[in-house]
Amino acid sequence: MAYSDKVLEHYDNPRNVGSLDQADANVGTGLVGAPECGDVLKLQIRVDPKSGKIEDARFKTFGCGSAIASSSLATEWLKGKSIDEALAIKNTAIVEELALPPVKVHCSVLAEDAIKAAIKNYQEKQPSNA
Amino acid sequence: MGVNLPIYLDNNATTRCDPRVVEAMLPYFSDKYGNSASRNHVFGWEAEEAIDNARDQIANLIGAGGKEIIFTSGATESNNLAIKGAAAMYRKKGDHIITQITEHKAVIDPCKRLEREGFRVTYLPVDKFGRVSAADIAAAMTDKTILVSIMAANNEIGTIQPLADIGKLCKEKGVLFHTDATQVVGKVPVDVMAMGIDLLSMTAHKIYGPKGVGALYVRKKDPRVRLEPQIDGGGHERGMRSGTLAVQNIVGLGAACEIARKEMGEEAKRTFALREKLHRGIADRLSDVHLNGHPTERLPGNLNLSFAFVEGEGLMMGIKEICVSSGSACTSASLEPSYVLKALGVGDDLAHSSLRFGVGRFTTPDEIEYTANAVVRAVTKLREMSPLYEMAQAGVDLSTVQWAAH
Repeated sequence: MAYSDKVLEHYDNPRNVGSLDQADANVGTGLVGAPECGDVLKLQIRVDPKSGKIEDARFKTFGCGSAIASSSLATEWLKGKSIDEALAIKNTAIVEELALPPVKVHCSVLAEDAIKAAIKNYQEKQPSNA
Repeated sequence: MGVNLPIYLDNNATTRCDPRVVEAMLPYFSDKYGNSASRNHVFGWEAEEAIDNARDQIANLIGAGGKEIIFTSGATESNNLAIKGAAAMYRKKGDHIITQITEHKAVIDPCKRLEREGFRVTYLPVDKFGRVSAADIAAAMTDKTILVSIMAANNEIGTIQPLADIGKLCKEKGVLFHTDATQVVGKVPVDVMAMGIDLLSMTAHKIYGPKGVGALYVRKKDPRVRLEPQIDGGGHERGMRSGTLAVQNIVGLGAACEIARKEMGEEAKRTFALREKLHRGIADRLSDVHLNGHPTERLPGNLNLSFAFVEGEGLMMGIKEICVSSGSACTSASLEPSYVLKALGVGDDLAHSSLRFGVGRFTTPDEIEYTANAVVRAVTKLREMSPLYEMAQAGVDLSTVQWAAH
């Protein structure tokens, strides 16, 4: 099975690899997947407290090329979005953008799960939700 | 460094046909195109002579007699014929078969079918190196055991089984011994007499011959092994396997065996040295690299490594110009990681992180050096990107983490 050019491009030049300070109140961290399933995705967002928009997003991924590309794309899309806009990102959009074959759809699901987990973690940290 | 890309390091999957083999085959496509079963004219005689010559070339490589070689389409068919054919023929004697869980599917699946037909099959576990012992087999035997099928060496991890011990046990107990020797023939010496082997499967394309042809050695004496044919027809191959013989392919298999017999000793030394160079070139420069399979009792050209914190398919993508295979689920349709690695007790996480390198006749030292460098580079890059590596570096015990499995 050949990879799409977009998957290869993200794999070769992944965007936003790295970690944010988990202790920062404005940072939300999502960790999804499991090593025995062959993919683990850590996705972090930092929200600007003034504008409420995601000012930075980072990922680290253990997984196949499609999982890495899905994570990379997700971080790219998250930057500049509000929480509500970020919650609206669907895995199907990732599938479409990266031309993932059916056997790789779970990689996009994982990315969507990671976005939701990071946002949930961020929201739990906010005083209004405490 | 002079390397041509891509680099082929998947010689446990298949091999390039040796130009000398192709040369030997060519006349049998267009000039000597007779049917070896045509007994009454020169084209038939010519083909039959070529077939008989190939039988001897194959037999000489494994210490057999030419008349004990049955031609098939490949090792899958050989395994099916050996297992189902023996089961059907000896059913009155018993209904129990012993094999092991790390066999190729071409052995496992015929056994499963036999189970559905009422046979009992014992799938022995293996040790952490992938080996069974004659003692394990002895313990599993009953007075109803008719067949033991244990592969000579594993296709994924290269572990070689103690064939002579198993053969000796089977002889003592009067049980037939079949071995799938697909990976071993032509790589490591095999002697059906010395090792007490009654049935042996092999294929041409793993030994620099063409795809689509294989052979089954069927012992003729002490004991004379009989098999129920699985393909009926013109009664070719002593009635055990009907169908016009693929003369050109059989000539190719014969030529491949002849070359292997003459060059195996030197070639094994060379592929072993290259494998060790690759292993050291990777493991000396990276932490957390695990060798899967036996450290010494393994095929000379086989190297199977797990790279902790890095997923196998992702890693293959980082070394696109190098052709290897992975035990990762992502490379298979089933989404399950390698059952062979799991059988060794390798955790699912490390099974997902494995790569198999198959060094072969045409592999060069430059290719090995290039590969070692590329692997080290890709693993380093992917670990920088791996949340597992980050956690491990921070002192987190990954086995204690509650993963949100999906």
